[in-house]
Amino acid sequence: MFDDFFIRALIAGLGIALVTGPLGCFVVWRRLSYFGDTLAHSALLGVTLAYSFELNIALSVFIISSLIALILIQLQKKTNLPGDALLGLLAHSSLAVGLVVIGFLTFIRFDIMGLLFGDILAVTTDDLLIIWTGGAVILLVLKLIWKPLFASTVNYELAEAEGLNPDRAKAIFTILMAAVIAISIKMVGLLLITGMLIIPAAMARNISDSPQKMVLFSIIGGLLSVLLGLFSSLEFNTSSGPSIIMASLILFILSLFNIKQSIKLKN
Amino acid sequence: MSSENSTLVKLNNAGFKQNDKWLVEGVSLTVEKGKIVTLIGPNGSGKSTTAKIALGIYKNIEGSVEKYTNKVGYVPQKISIDWTLPLRVYDFMLLTENIKDEVIDEALTLTGVIHLKNKNLGNLSGGEFQRVLIARAISKKPELLVLDEPVQGVDYTGEIALYELIKRISDTLNCGILLISHDLHTVMTATDHVVCLNGHVCCSGSPMDVAKNNEYKTLFGEQASQILSVYEHKHDHVHSDKGEIKKN
Repeated sequence: MFDDFFIRALIAGLGIALVTGPLGCFVVWRRLSYFGDTLAHSALLGVTLAYSFELNIALSVFIISSLIALILIQLQKKTNLPGDALLGLLAHSSLAVGLVVIGFLTFIRFDIMGLLFGDILAVTTDDLLIIWTGGAVILLVLKLIWKPLFASTVNYELAEAEGLNPDRAKAIFTILMAAVIAISIKMVGLLLITGMLIIPAAMARNISDSPQKMVLFSIIGGLLSVLLGLFSSLEFNTSSGPSIIMASLILFILSLFNIKQSIKLKN
Repeated sequence: MSSENSTLVKLNNAGFKQNDKWLVEGVSLTVEKGKIVTLIGPNGSGKSTTAKIALGIYKNIEGSVEKYTNKVGYVPQKISIDWTLPLRVYDFMLLTENIKDEVIDEALTLTGVIHLKNKNLGNLSGGEFQRVLIARAISKKPELLVLDEPVQGVDYTGEIALYELIKRISDTLNCGILLISHDLHTVMTATDHVVCLNGHVCCSGSPMDVAKNNEYKTLFGEQASQILSVYEHKHDHVHSDKGEIKKN
């Protein structure tokens, strides 16, 4: 009924949504959306390096994003510049370096649009393997560090005082962020990954009264966005990444109406 | 009197400096099982800093801190929680440790806020939130409780009841308590050891020792010295506005 590439895209998208759901909640809670953006921008450099040295794209993106995160932490220690300025500096300079490197790689034809906004056709069976095994590892690690990470998100000093080692949890979470960007870059594109992290989580916040519910609704919202987005991209022949993000935006808008209803009910 | 293995946390000449300014220095104290140690002193005298040194929140400290337990319950003085997090009282109770439902209910009942169990944390009043903080700290059945002005914002009758509860907890759990409080009248009756801070340790000892330590006793008589003079005792030095110590 559907073409193979569409089935692959569905499986890939659903796998990514399972991971971005819970991770996105932490991005919203910890106010890391711009940090996610920075890692995503640096992914372009990762992709170009993958082509230059014939590396796996996900692996290369993961390494570069982790490196950028490390540099950020060092810069925060060494300078007095505010965090958002450092993030902007890293985001745009790594993007620029990536684009310049592309200029040198004249022997390869780059699909820049595909890199920026994701490419449904590009998803291969190998990618599916990377997304699902990578995703499973990310979720497992997140489950392991959930307690210290969540506790320190609520209050750092409580977590530290009661022996949960929040610094280690934060460092591991940063690596998970790099990993989720690495596995989803091909599918959603580097400009839209942060949207995939934030919008379903933001939608979930509107209709949740506990952290567990927010994570659950965020996952459901992500899955629905992938389904809606991919089917509509097939129907209207639109690009896949933007269609998924648009679908999640529609869900977010619907969740706003839910708030108004519940306020009315309370009164 | 004290055997080594009853010690929960020990500060040896500990101090903490921030932006080249000492918040507190030269503090030595020991919290033992079943004992209540109370820190008193004016605002900015380093009480909360001392508590954070004992808890290991401050890392680059002067001197040393030896901590012999990881079962810690902490009620901070100031807590900035991002209220955009969807967090019910129940979720907050499970924040740092998985605790059985019965134990949560018991703790919330003891502090009188069981009816708020499923309420959003952001909708609580200051006093209610304080009761939840205490409930969370005691529900962990900690070996060391650090309470930084635990009854702030609580109504007067509640205040007395909560102090009685804290004393009872210390007896039943045999846990050590490091308490910071301004309410001397209530605190002094239950405290085993008092440390008076003002950027450094002014004096310390049993409540009576501290009260007798100063010249206020002769000025105000035995009774006043037992309660009031602990707080308002005469110092052998004054502090300049930069916090430096000047001998009288």
